[in-house]
Amino acid sequence: MTKILKIHELEKTYTSGSKKLTVLSNISFEVEKGSIFSIVGPSGSGKTTLLGLCAGLDNPSAGSIELCGSNLENLNEDERAQLRNKEVGFIFQNFQLLPTLTALENVIVPLELQGERNAAKVGMELLQKVGLADRFHHYPSQLSGGEQQRVALARAFSNKPSILFADEPTGNLDEETGEKVIQLLFQLNKEAGTTLIIITHDLDLANRTQQILRLKGGKIMSNEKTIAG
Amino acid sequence: MSKLPSKTSVKWLFKMAWRDGKASISRLMLFMASIILGIAAVVSIQLFSDNLKQNIKNQSKALMGADFIIDSRQLPTKKVQAIIDSLNVAASEVNFVSMAAFPKNDGTKLVKVRAIEGNFPFYGTLDTEPVNAASIYQELGGALVDATLMLQFNIKPGDSIKLGKQTFPIIGALKSIPGSTAFSSSVAPTVLIPFRFVDDTELLQLGSRKEYQYFFIAPPTMDLDLLDKKIDPVLDDENADLDTHTSTSERLGRRYDNVSRFLNLAAFIALLLGCVGIASSVHIYIKEKLQNVAVLKCLGATRKQTFLIYLLQVVGIGLIGGVLGAVIGIGLQYAFPYILQGFLPFDVQIAITVQPLIIGITLGVLMSVLFALLPLLGTWYVSPLEVLRGTDENLVKPRKARLFTFAAILLFVFLFSFWLLKDAIFGLVFTVGILITFSIMAGIASLFMKAIKKYFPSNWGFTKRQSLLNLFRPNNQTMVLILAIGLGTFLISTLYFTKDILLAKTSIENNKDNANIILMDVQNTQKEAVINTVLPKGLEIIDNIPIVTMRLHQIKDQLVNDIRKDTASTMNQWILNHEFRVTYRKSLLASEEILEGNWSSAVEEGKPILISISDNIARDAALEIGDQLIFNVQGVLMETIIGSIRKVDWGRMQLNFSVVFPTGVLENAPQFNVLTTYVSDEASSADLQRDLVKKFPNISVLDLRQVYTLIEDILNKISWIINFMAFFSILTGIIVLIGSVRNSKYQRIKESVLLRTLGAKSKQILQITALEYIYLGMLGSLVGILLSLISSQLLAVFLFKEPFIPSVVPFLVFLPGITMLVLLIGLSNIRSVLKSPPLEVLRREV
Repeated sequence: MTKILKIHELEKTYTSGSKKLTVLSNISFEVEKGSIFSIVGPSGSGKTTLLGLCAGLDNPSAGSIELCGSNLENLNEDERAQLRNKEVGFIFQNFQLLPTLTALENVIVPLELQGERNAAKVGMELLQKVGLADRFHHYPSQLSGGEQQRVALARAFSNKPSILFADEPTGNLDEETGEKVIQLLFQLNKEAGTTLIIITHDLDLANRTQQILRLKGGKIMSNEKTIAG
Repeated sequence: MSKLPSKTSVKWLFKMAWRDGKASISRLMLFMASIILGIAAVVSIQLFSDNLKQNIKNQSKALMGADFIIDSRQLPTKKVQAIIDSLNVAASEVNFVSMAAFPKNDGTKLVKVRAIEGNFPFYGTLDTEPVNAASIYQELGGALVDATLMLQFNIKPGDSIKLGKQTFPIIGALKSIPGSTAFSSSVAPTVLIPFRFVDDTELLQLGSRKEYQYFFIAPPTMDLDLLDKKIDPVLDDENADLDTHTSTSERLGRRYDNVSRFLNLAAFIALLLGCVGIASSVHIYIKEKLQNVAVLKCLGATRKQTFLIYLLQVVGIGLIGGVLGAVIGIGLQYAFPYILQGFLPFDVQIAITVQPLIIGITLGVLMSVLFALLPLLGTWYVSPLEVLRGTDENLVKPRKARLFTFAAILLFVFLFSFWLLKDAIFGLVFTVGILITFSIMAGIASLFMKAIKKYFPSNWGFTKRQSLLNLFRPNNQTMVLILAIGLGTFLISTLYFTKDILLAKTSIENNKDNANIILMDVQNTQKEAVINTVLPKGLEIIDNIPIVTMRLHQIKDQLVNDIRKDTASTMNQWILNHEFRVTYRKSLLASEEILEGNWSSAVEEGKPILISISDNIARDAALEIGDQLIFNVQGVLMETIIGSIRKVDWGRMQLNFSVVFPTGVLENAPQFNVLTTYVSDEASSADLQRDLVKKFPNISVLDLRQVYTLIEDILNKISWIINFMAFFSILTGIIVLIGSVRNSKYQRIKESVLLRTLGAKSKQILQITALEYIYLGMLGSLVGILLSLISSQLLAVFLFKEPFIPSVVPFLVFLPGITMLVLLIGLSNIRSVLKSPPLEVLRREV
């Protein structure tokens, strides 16, 4: 199988005054294209830092990251941005919709960044798919939490990404709404054949993915395939 | 990696800037208001200056009433007369200042008599009431009298006016005459009479200050510049002068240029104040957008793209603000002719010129971008990781970029003030002055916050402590508010103090030692009789000053005529052409101080005549102690040596002399006298004037109290204009204030709601907010007033050379007034919190 993400001996340290704080150390793993992968661990275990590094949002202190065939080390800030725009999708715990844009406008931002002419049409189709056909022109503040996350889902799939990072996608939602969002996420992922990397506290959710990476204190505790895998 | 198609990318940037800006329109409107006001001020004044210049140019002939004039302070010499005759004189006049009496009500007034021969003016009109009076007064042998003067003395056409020994019927009221301003005619209002009656008045006697003017119409082929070059030097040698309508209008243009520049600077200050608003609004605006920027970066937008989205918004706001400001500026300039009416000797025709509009719009964009650049740079450095972390870290402050932005702002301020003032040094002084003022205010604000932190009164009650805490909490607006309030107050107080200094300079001490009536042109033969008229009224003669008129014939070893011809000479022209009015006396006056040499009270026999000159003559003619000056005393050459150089306080309302002779030299020269006295009230003044005019028609009486009233009027008018400009600064200041208060609204509301939820009463929330704004208002206005004390002291010492005694008005009026304004704006902010339930507020506002 082709590997879409290759992490090799990754390390991340922060310096605060004279103190050195190691957040991640000796992290190595690979993710197969089209798979669903989860990262779990207690608060402060380095999950979000790892996700940020994998997506090229930050630079590692040591080690290498290969995302969609590109070694992130060799790319500058803008090249990494373009890689994200073309190959990567994001879903955040707190939705992170642009409050000044309508639902539709939020969804089509990645497409517009690519210069896509039919962005609006694609955006509308996606919003219909997530059940928000009547919410195109609503601003985020006019939508409920579940609706906002569905808009975020539509946005995440709008640029047909090869890989999608979801950071605690249900963390801000109640159980029922959260479950609906996850079902929708899995369904869209299946249709698009995207690789999905989910960060979660929820072990039930993690068990529904094909592989679980457990982190603790910035180190890998285990990296196992699940029954689903 | 493939790059985005640039066209699509640019289109998307505009689209995003529009979408995002649309949703934040109310925030951006305040930002825009700051620009609009500043630009409106600049554009209106720029346009008006342009119109003024154009009008002066277009109306140059009407301003002079002729194509060119030859004038002289004495009867033309043979040579001058020959030139006048050869140029075909069209009209002429002699003008002088004299007392006029109105037999109808015994009123008397100092007037400027213009005795005219011929059909002057040839361009422009004599505006009279009735209209035909201008064309018939010559024929009827009557007078045209200044319209305001006629109103003051309740005189109507048909009444009479007595000038010297001659009484004239008043044919009409003179409303305007080419080349005369409301100001010049209010000191000595104009009275026009036919020239043929001058001798009958018997007013032109020894020492009378008179001016002969000869008006010419130039044939179409005549080159006036060439004429000026050819004839003027010849006329100068004969103590006459040639003025063409073009040179006069250029001179006039330069004079009004100074007024325009001052107004422009005031407008520029308003604009700078607006820029503080821009910087503050954009700072908070961008801070709130950083999360969006991080999201966009996560979605693949580059640093350049995110930066450009907000830059485009700022440019757009600057552009719209510039256009709206320019439109308002166009409207406003229609107000200027009314405000400046008294200063202008003509009606200003308003026309719209393109240059000020372009300047306004360019300024709007440039200022917005420059002052928004610093906060905008924050978008460049924001990490997309912020999205995952959800942190609210402070903006990255890149050192180099900040320095570069500061330098660009300072350079821009310097270049613009240089362009306005046309002088690099003044531009630099202005820029440094602005920088120092801003730095002091920012320094005080920062010290204030540190001081509160260090000496925090932890034993105070909750509301008082909370209000103090608000001053240095994260994202506080203390610095911006103190800058806005401080700068506004600084401007208003400086203007107020300046007006005070100017008025104090002209105020008169009302006591018997200070003369307030000056009797001019008293002939030697009249002196005793005049004194005998004054003394029986219980008045004292305070000064009895003899005056001898003379001109310079030779300076050191060079004849004055030779110096005139010497093109390399740097000597000030006025020295060469001036008719000096010289006195002789034994001692120095209180207003004089010897700088160099020794005072000589009387000439010693066989020794040279040691005279004393004022320091300005010494400077302008490069003279030193021991240098020789030869004066032409009405035909007799008199050799003198400079014995002393004096500093003279010209500001004092008394007779000061640039040249003083020792006694024992000029006693027998043809001379006239100036007598001064003190009258306690207006009735005594009128009584004295009536008697003197009846007995001695040639004597002019100057009532200094009237002059003071006039100067006060003029100053009031000037301060009106200054206040008009200050109004822009204040209004901009208020908008900046509202903007700053609004910027922190969300935070304050959230906090107030939280307090409310925890059970705080309306009164407590109100107290916390009120106290906070009272601290800010008081500190800001106090800093402004204190700084204005420094600037006014500097102005008093270096510009007005007067002592400065600060008035308490700014402390009693401005300080509480501005604090109250700040308080009101601040309280309006939390109105909704006090009136509605907490949750409703949070839903609505957040």
